[in-house]
Amino acid sequence: MEMFTVWWEYGFMRNAFFAILIITPLFALLGTMIVNNKMAFFSDALGHSALTGIAVGVVLGVSDTSLSMVIFAVIFALLLNKISRRSASSTDTIISVFSSCSIAVGLAILSKGGNFGKYSSLLVGDILSITGKEIFYLVLIFAATLCFWLLAFNKLNAISLNKTLAKSRGIRINLIENLFAVFLALIVMLSIKWVGILIINALLILPAASSRNIAENMREYHFFSVVFSMFSGMLGLIISYFTNVATGPMIVILASVIYFCTYFYGKKLD
Amino acid sequence: MRKIIKPCGLHCIKVKDLGVVIGGQVILKDINLHIHCGTLTAIIGKNGAGKSTLIKAMLNDISHTGEIEFKDRENGHMQKLRIGYVPQNLNIEKHTPVSVYDMIASYQSNCPVFVRKNRRLYEQIRESLCVFEAETLIDKQVCNLSGGELQRVLLSMAVMDEPNLLLLDEPVSGIDQNGMELFYKRIEYLKEHFDLAVILISHDLGYVKKYADHVVLLDERILAQGSAGEVYSSEAFRKTFAETEVQI
Repeated sequence: MEMFTVWWEYGFMRNAFFAILIITPLFALLGTMIVNNKMAFFSDALGHSALTGIAVGVVLGVSDTSLSMVIFAVIFALLLNKISRRSASSTDTIISVFSSCSIAVGLAILSKGGNFGKYSSLLVGDILSITGKEIFYLVLIFAATLCFWLLAFNKLNAISLNKTLAKSRGIRINLIENLFAVFLALIVMLSIKWVGILIINALLILPAASSRNIAENMREYHFFSVVFSMFSGMLGLIISYFTNVATGPMIVILASVIYFCTYFYGKKLD
Repeated sequence: MRKIIKPCGLHCIKVKDLGVVIGGQVILKDINLHIHCGTLTAIIGKNGAGKSTLIKAMLNDISHTGEIEFKDRENGHMQKLRIGYVPQNLNIEKHTPVSVYDMIASYQSNCPVFVRKNRRLYEQIRESLCVFEAETLIDKQVCNLSGGELQRVLLSMAVMDEPNLLLLDEPVSGIDQNGMELFYKRIEYLKEHFDLAVILISHDLGYVKKYADHVVLLDERILAQGSAGEVYSSEAFRKTFAETEVQI
């Protein structure tokens, strides 16, 4: 028994636990729409833009690069939305162009003078470094996102099914889509330090994708997505403590295992 | 859509000088239409003639010039036009966890569909699905419906708000011969029992002749309009459909 409670003695583990308790359901909720709208690439590009945001902060001499990172990500998300709405060519290509361009700029600036080592922790993330103040920010964004989701999910779903039909029902498509992008940007940026650029998208996509394998309606879809996300988050943290493996990757490994299980289970149901 | 009123024939919808330009290219110009409640207007024309654009312009989905008026003919009062729309298709893939209830509730209400079913809304949706004998489909996944089933569901949703005008965009794709006949029967039932006008984009000239009250031949502008007989015997009609073998 002691083996299971010993990690609770450490303040950093408790903080990490609370952070995961807050972040994972958010990822699960937003993930449902990302997967339904085929926006996996969009959220991936958003994660990568963190590097550029920090680089911009460094160039401008901002003391708190987290701030420049968040602001840049919000602008980047709105810009991507606007361009993919306007352009006739495939969204995939446009997002890819913007994403690679922004990563390149970010890497170029941050690696100038051989200093990139300072920022490489951003790639993998470290959930154990989270502080109480940062958890407070997470609680705020959690409440805001939950409100947004309760008020706007129906509209997002309507837009996802057919834009013209949604518009004919008086839904303000651009506003809702932009709000969604902004929330996505905020959540990704607030959690990227602990989750890491390389795997943040996996946490957004995997729970919802697993849930989609077995769910038949929106209630099941959200329920399983949240359960899978929180389960792999909690278990991943505890296992990583005992095996001395980075927490983020451990969570993603568990989420992937769940995905494959639901995939085969869903196949059997068909 | 419970109450069943005989169409009064006193409401009319006027489309005045409607035009659409996209990227410097004229898609539609000088569109003038006069539509009465209780009638079925069919829009025909070759591919790329601007049929879908006309529907989208009427829905205000794309910017256009000209205006759309909705008037009570007796006192000339302007009213707000409620438009029901049945889209060509939905953006939905296999295994998408959206049930018929989820879809209709998303468009009809603000009660979040991911929390739990709203009993009252559920009943309301089931009732409106009854109009097209689709009430058993309410808990089915939208992506698993057949073409005919999906169409019945979309029609039920379109008439839920008691619209004055129903716009149907090529709804007959993916439906067999028997289903087509049924579809046109349903439209006929709608226009006869509810106080609404129907505009339908169609590719099937045979059914148009059989069911439409008014036919509009479109190619950038209106080439001919009138009864099916009048339009089908016009020079413009012969030119438009010269290559296609049409059995009328």
